[in-house]
Amino acid sequence: MSNYVVSQIKRDHLMNLLAEGRRADGRQLDEVRKIQVETGIIESAEGSARVKLGKTTVMAGVKIIPGTPYGDAPGDGVITTGAELIPLAHASFEPGPPSEDAIELARVVDRGIRESGMIDVKKLCIKEGEEIWMVFIDIYALDYDGNLFDACNLAAVCALRSAIVPWKQYGKGEEDLPMPVTCLPISVTECKIGNDLIVDPNFDEEAISTARLTVTTDDVGNFRAMQKGGKGSITRSDLSLCLDRAVEIGKQIRKIIG
Amino acid sequence: MVLVNEEGIRIDGRRIDEKRPIKIEAGVLDNADGSCYLEIGKNKVLCAVYGPRECRPRHLQNPTKAIIQCKYNMEAYSVTDRKRPGTDRRSVEIPKPIAEALENVVQTELYPRASIDVYIEILQANAGTRCAGLTAAAVAIADAGIPMRDLVPAIACGKADGNVLLDLNKEEDNYGQADVPLAIVPSTDEIVLLQMDGNMTREELDHGLDMAFQAAHEVYEVQRDALKRRYSDISKKEGESDE
Repeated sequence: MSNYVVSQIKRDHLMNLLAEGRRADGRQLDEVRKIQVETGIIESAEGSARVKLGKTTVMAGVKIIPGTPYGDAPGDGVITTGAELIPLAHASFEPGPPSEDAIELARVVDRGIRESGMIDVKKLCIKEGEEIWMVFIDIYALDYDGNLFDACNLAAVCALRSAIVPWKQYGKGEEDLPMPVTCLPISVTECKIGNDLIVDPNFDEEAISTARLTVTTDDVGNFRAMQKGGKGSITRSDLSLCLDRAVEIGKQIRKIIG
Repeated sequence: MVLVNEEGIRIDGRRIDEKRPIKIEAGVLDNADGSCYLEIGKNKVLCAVYGPRECRPRHLQNPTKAIIQCKYNMEAYSVTDRKRPGTDRRSVEIPKPIAEALENVVQTELYPRASIDVYIEILQANAGTRCAGLTAAAVAIADAGIPMRDLVPAIACGKADGNVLLDLNKEEDNYGQADVPLAIVPSTDEIVLLQMDGNMTREELDHGLDMAFQAAHEVYEVQRDALKRRYSDISKKEGESDE
């Protein structure tokens, strides 16, 4: 994702616009692209969501199967998040096992879901010490125009929220139950270009940026996960601005996805 | 488990704003171009730097500057349950922000097409290994004589038993509420590595980062001291052989 070449003329154009506080697609510096979420589109998955963030499209599916618990958490369900940057989504993605970028992406999404306690894993216990529900969240980039972090976070959260735990189907209970959701972790990613911080960068903005920061908040505006990326640095006041915006924009996104 | 008692003392006897004892030694390996051994609390980390040398695989070469390739490996016996050798997702993710933080200070533009290979081995892990690894890597690169704008010290803050803490140990990391690794460029106070997991309010986070910035400057002094000792030792030895 990070090593794609952007022509000098395009770079200059974007920089010149930013100097006037503008962006190529007409957005404000702290404006998120249009968000569209569709859930329940894959019948073979226990939960699924397709998220469009501007021209970035990702798909997340949730599979839930019975499994054995970890020794240190005998009564807790297990959540695993994976992400793949498949060649279908962009010319810069190559086939093969998940790249470093894909693994970082999956782990940042995973961290937000795990650390916010979005899923009440105690309710995913079938028989303590013996059997629990294993929840696999798999995310695929389908069309890449920047900011996969937020698109994948949204897709994973929406897919999980719509998921049904198949108690009846596996003969573990009387009826299938909805996923035990306690809150919605929402991530907000910003890129640093020159001295500006822009929210929800598209592909070109990402390509000319020097640093990236993803901040995940919960329903009450506490911070649950962060990840800085990129070879450039950010200052303490940059961080402060990102934290403020993450809370504010997190609220807006929660309103949009309902 | 009580992690912080009523007097504000932690299970290893530290105050909430106290980092673990840290020890750094530069130039500990013969073969590597630069190396460093670091202990912070019960963490034991060894780092080797090879390069600048020919970049392999060659398709990763950058015609305008060197690239930094970092590997992070936890040895099988470094944790309570044996860690299965080989790469897992954690050992792929961790080197990425470490290499990015180092690229910020290393003058890679001096070595087009080359690679600077950084190998971090965790001999014993007790929370905070990515900070320990990065702190050691910065010293090892300096030890290799590669020009840098500055060193990079790293340290974490976090939260346990409702207290904002500096430099979490294993119990505080496992049973606490948040962990925030931070690395800075001391001369400018720029942030070059920042991660977080857990649950913190804005006030807690700001307070934790204040402590971590302060502590990072202290770690920086230990890094500098290690390099000074390394080179004052060399000049002593050379003086001896002259006699």
